[in-house]
Amino acid sequence: MRDPSAGDGTAADRASSAPARVGEATTGQVFREEYGRSVAALIRVFGQIEIAEDAVQDAFVLALRVWPRDGLPPNPGGWITTTARRCAIDRLRRDVRGRELLKDLAVLDHPHSPGAQEVGPVPDDRLRLIFTCCHPALAPEAQVALTLRLLGGLSTEEVARAFLVTESTMAQRLIRAKRKIKLARIPYRVPRNHELPDRLRAVLAAIYLIYNAGADPGAPPAGDGLRAEAIRLARILTSLMSDEPEATGLLALLLLTESRFRSRVTNDGELVLLRDQDRSQWDRALIDEGHLLVRACLRRNRPGPYQVQAAINAVHTDAASVQSTDWPQILALYDQLLALAPTPVVALNRAIAVGEVHGPEAALHLVDQLNLPDYHAFHATRADLLRRLGRIEHAAAAYRAAAALAPSPAEQAYLAAQAATLQQRW
Amino acid sequence: MAQYLLSVHTGADAQPAEPMTPEQMQQSYQQMQALEEEMKADGVWLFSGRLTEPDVATVVRVSAGDALTTDGPFVESKEHLAGFYIVEADDLDAALGWATKTAAIIGMPIEVRPFLDTSHA
Repeated sequence: MRDPSAGDGTAADRASSAPARVGEATTGQVFREEYGRSVAALIRVFGQIEIAEDAVQDAFVLALRVWPRDGLPPNPGGWITTTARRCAIDRLRRDVRGRELLKDLAVLDHPHSPGAQEVGPVPDDRLRLIFTCCHPALAPEAQVALTLRLLGGLSTEEVARAFLVTESTMAQRLIRAKRKIKLARIPYRVPRNHELPDRLRAVLAAIYLIYNAGADPGAPPAGDGLRAEAIRLARILTSLMSDEPEATGLLALLLLTESRFRSRVTNDGELVLLRDQDRSQWDRALIDEGHLLVRACLRRNRPGPYQVQAAINAVHTDAASVQSTDWPQILALYDQLLALAPTPVVALNRAIAVGEVHGPEAALHLVDQLNLPDYHAFHATRADLLRRLGRIEHAAAAYRAAAALAPSPAEQAYLAAQAATLQQRW
Repeated sequence: MAQYLLSVHTGADAQPAEPMTPEQMQQSYQQMQALEEEMKADGVWLFSGRLTEPDVATVVRVSAGDALTTDGPFVESKEHLAGFYIVEADDLDAALGWATKTAAIIGMPIEVRPFLDTSHA
């Protein structure tokens, strides 16, 4: 299934006699905004993901025909959900099992039946859906694929392209995940309070994974769409769980990361380090929004890893230059982050801040205690510190080690160039 | 409602770090008894059992109408099924809740697997 507005038909444009001109672009926009909401509402009514997906797809196909003729309905999302419900009932009536299911559900195709009152999305339908998609009983790659498919309305082909697998592999992954949800009876509800911390962590991790898949320097062209989708999902989650500071923290982290995204590589695809980036190119609107959210988190004073990472990014985006960056503040935040998430990668990033506050000697001492031999950033960080200490030969070797491990061509090229420059000096 | 198999696997990688003392074993046994009572009171318990060592197992194969009986477990593996519960629960989260309580007492991982619902087939 795909976004039905993605075709190149111009029927909508020809329907100029319609009360309000509805082009395919408009329908496409409604699709992006309403698909997840409608699927979530229909899953609640019919209890089955496939029925909901097919019905919402049917409704959009119908919208492409009807809207250009009759004009955009006052509440397009409501129109889609109501139409999808009717489409689902029509489909179910066609076979015996469907009729049995309808009898069990007691959903009658009558506008005044009590069932009809519940068709509209209740505020937390998408919340139920995101917790089902990101249930820890599903593998992380399945969580991410389901979330993009069901909440983001991406086609199987689009999800496959985003994760560099074939469409049939992705289709299998989605089918398997939906089968497990059904057979193992993964519930369709927002987790109870005692389950929430663990379950919310999985949802936040899935959204962050979607963003990072789109932010990878080697990401496919679909990367822009993935990052936008991750931010959109984080916004939905934040609006539905406004009392969860980590959800707000994740949104702030994504916005502040995104604000600098365009400055990370040149037009020629060359990597630009934070200290060399043209800060006038950073997106001020995203920075302002991110800062606002970070301040809201600080006021709540219930810190977590995403909030602290967002705060670190807020300090970076607050500074006019790398020299005027409040490094002691960043180091204090890394101390906090290391206490919350004591991983070697966090320790490595903290060491970089130590290098700015206490100098390269102290930082190198910390870095050399870490066991990250396969991580390119470990070697790149060592290389930079060794270079600053004048140990050029060692620095060049570390840059070469980093280049050999770097995941993307842009990073490989940057690190190899650093090694080459040092070798000339030496 | 659905039925779930909560199975306990033991083996080289699944053993607790240190063997239990007799007192710990006694305590663990009592905790398991209490948990089973809780399961029964909640109406989720259907069956449970602890199995003998895998080398006591016997495998029967039928080939061309002849039954061939051999010694030993079905598959030689480092881990084997040591015991199990069959519970009836509303959904996976409820089953995982019981699995968590069980795993906390015995200190070993538990696999949760739904039975195929054949009532509508």
